[in-house]
Amino acid sequence: MDEEYDVIVLGTGLTECILSGLLSVDGKKVLHMDRNDYYGGDSASLNLTQLYRKFRQDQTPPAELGRDRDYAVDLIPKFIIASGELTRILVHTDVIRYLEFKQISGSYVYRDGKISKVPSTEMEAVKSPLMGLFEKRRAKKFFEFLQGWKDEDPSTHQGINLDKDNMKTVYEKFGLEPGTQDFIGHAMALYLDDSYKTKPAREAYERIVLYTSSMARYGKSPYIYPLYGLGELPQAFARLSAIYGGTYMLDKPIDEIITDAEGKFVGVRSGEETVKAKQVIGDPSYFGAGQSTEDGKVRVVEEGKVVRAICILKHPIPGTDDADSAQIIIPQNQVGRKNDIYIAMVSSTHNVCAKDVYIAIVSTIVETDRPEQEIAPGLQLLGTIYDKFVSVSPLFTPTTTGETDNIFITRSYDATSHFETVVDEVHNVWKRVTGKDLVLKKREVEVEA
Amino acid sequence: MSKQYQFKLVLLGESAVGKSSLVLRFVKDQFDDYRESTIGAAFLTQTVTLDDGSTVKFEIWDTAGQERYKSLAPMYYRNANCAVVVYDITQAASLEKARSWIRELQRQADPSIVIALCGNKSDLAARRQVSQEEAKKYADEEGLMWGETSAKTGEGVADIFTAIAKKLPQTAPPSARGAAGRPGASGRTGVDLNKQPAGANSQNEPCAC
Repeated sequence: MDEEYDVIVLGTGLTECILSGLLSVDGKKVLHMDRNDYYGGDSASLNLTQLYRKFRQDQTPPAELGRDRDYAVDLIPKFIIASGELTRILVHTDVIRYLEFKQISGSYVYRDGKISKVPSTEMEAVKSPLMGLFEKRRAKKFFEFLQGWKDEDPSTHQGINLDKDNMKTVYEKFGLEPGTQDFIGHAMALYLDDSYKTKPAREAYERIVLYTSSMARYGKSPYIYPLYGLGELPQAFARLSAIYGGTYMLDKPIDEIITDAEGKFVGVRSGEETVKAKQVIGDPSYFGAGQSTEDGKVRVVEEGKVVRAICILKHPIPGTDDADSAQIIIPQNQVGRKNDIYIAMVSSTHNVCAKDVYIAIVSTIVETDRPEQEIAPGLQLLGTIYDKFVSVSPLFTPTTTGETDNIFITRSYDATSHFETVVDEVHNVWKRVTGKDLVLKKREVEVEA
Repeated sequence: MSKQYQFKLVLLGESAVGKSSLVLRFVKDQFDDYRESTIGAAFLTQTVTLDDGSTVKFEIWDTAGQERYKSLAPMYYRNANCAVVVYDITQAASLEKARSWIRELQRQADPSIVIALCGNKSDLAARRQVSQEEAKKYADEEGLMWGETSAKTGEGVADIFTAIAKKLPQTAPPSARGAAGRPGASGRTGVDLNKQPAGANSQNEPCAC
C-alpha cells in the first residue's frame, strides 16, 4: 500500500465502479477499496447468508428457501431502461461481454384498487381498461403529437412551445383526463410526484420518448435486467477497471481520510497503513454519513429518506398473469400521497433466487414518521408475504463539489425505478474530478487467434 | 456436421506464476520476458480442433490482478466450465497457493467444473522446488488434471488446453450448461444490447392507447 495513486475510490457501488472503470481506461492509476468483503456497497446483490447477516444477525436463513448460492437479492430496486444511458455505457465500454440480460416481463400501473398492464402493443392498448374509448382517441392524438415533434419544424408544434409551456398546458390542449395524466406522468414519464406538471414540458417529452423507444426495443416492457442480479453491474465495471490496471482491495476498513492544513485530500488510513493519492472519490458512508467527520466537517447531508421492503414470496404477484418479473407503479394520487410507491419484482428466471420463489421490493420516498405504514398499499398487492426485510435509508448529498479539497463524494441511490440518475451522477462526478466532459470511447481489446 | 462447443475458462494462481504468459503463448504463440502485471488483456479466445473434427472454443478470463488482494468477484467463477490453476515449479509456496485456489473453486464454482493444475516455468527445471511426483499425487487425490508447461518455450502449453478440451464435452453438454448460459458473442439466450432498436425513434410507437 506504499505506492502513490492518482485516484483512490472508496466503496464498490455502481456509481463508484463505473467511475473507477472509466478513470482506469483513461490512464489514471486507481486504487479501489471497500470495507465489505463483497462488491456492490449499497447497490450489491446478497446471497441468503449475507442478507440475513445484514438484517437479522440472530437468525440463519430457513432451509426451505433452498441453496444460499442460488440467491442474489438486490438491496436497491432498479431496472435498466433499454434505450437509456446505462445501456450506452455498457455497450461503449464493452462491459456487456461479462453480463447477460433478460427482459422484465411487464410494467403495471395501479388504478382504482387494481393493477393493469401498461400496454406494450397496439392490441393491448385497444383492450386496455385504463381508458375509455373517447379518452383513447384523445390519448392517441397526444402520442402522435409527441412522436411527430421535430424541433426544427414548427408545423409539428401545434402551437406548443416545449421549453415555455408546462405539461399541464399540454395535457389540457389534448383534453386528457386526470387519470390519464397520472398514467402518462407516473407510469411512462416515471415522475415520482406531480411537480413536473408546472415545469416546461420538454423534460416530460424526453422521458416519454425514452420510455416508448425502450418499450419498442425488446417488446414486453421498457426494462431489462442482468442475470444474477444488479450486483453484477458493479462487478463488471470493477473488472473493466482492473483490466486497465486498477488495484482492488475488498474487506479493508477505512479508518481515516487524511487532509493537510488547508483541508486538501492527502490519503486514507486503514489500520497501520496509509496510502496517498491526488484525489479521492467515494460514497457518503465513507465521509461521515451525515455526521461530522474527525476534522469537524460535515461532508454530506441528508435530503430525504427512502423506505424499502424486500419481500420474499412463494407465488407470482396476483393480477400479473403469473409474470416472472414486473414493475408496478402506484401513482401518489391513487393512495393520497405526494410520492409514488414502486414495486419491482424478479424471480428465478433472472437467477436471483430458488425456483418458485419471487423477490419483490416495495419502496417509496418517506413522507411521515411511520415509513413502514406508507408502503402498505404496495405490500397489500403482493398476497401472502413469506418474509420481509424493511429498511429506511437516508439519501445523502455532498456539501461541496470537491474541486477545492479533492474529495469527491457521490450521492446515495435515489427512489427512481431505473439507473438514469446514476449515470447523470457519473457524468457529474467525472466532470468535477477531471475538469472535462465525459466522452465515451469505444474499447478495442479482443485478442482472437 | 462437426460439433462446436464454447466454454468459459478461468485462470487462477498466485501473482507472477505466469498465468497471462501461459495464455499469451496459447492464444498468440508469443512470449515476453519482461511482461508487466496484467493490463489490458481483457478477453481472449482460442479454438482447439479435436481428432473427431469437433471444435472447442475457449473464452479465457484472466484475473486482471484482482486475485492479488483476494478481491476476485463472484462473477469471475460464475458459469466457468474449466479452470487452469497455475503454480511455479521453482516456488514451493506457489503450490500451496494453488491448493487454496482449488479449495475456493470447489466452494464457489459449479461442482462439475474441470480443473487442471499446471506447473509452469518447466524451462527452469534446474531451480525446481516442486517435484512432479508431489504435484501429480495431489492432483490425483483431488481428481484434477495435471501437467507442466513452459510459457517461455511453449512446451506442454497446447497439450494441457487440448487435454481440457477433450475432457470437457463429455462431462458438459454445451446446450445445458455455462457456455450456453453465458456465451461471449453468439448464442445468447437473453436480449442483445448491441441490437439497434427496430424503429429507432420512429414508427414503432408501442403505446397507441
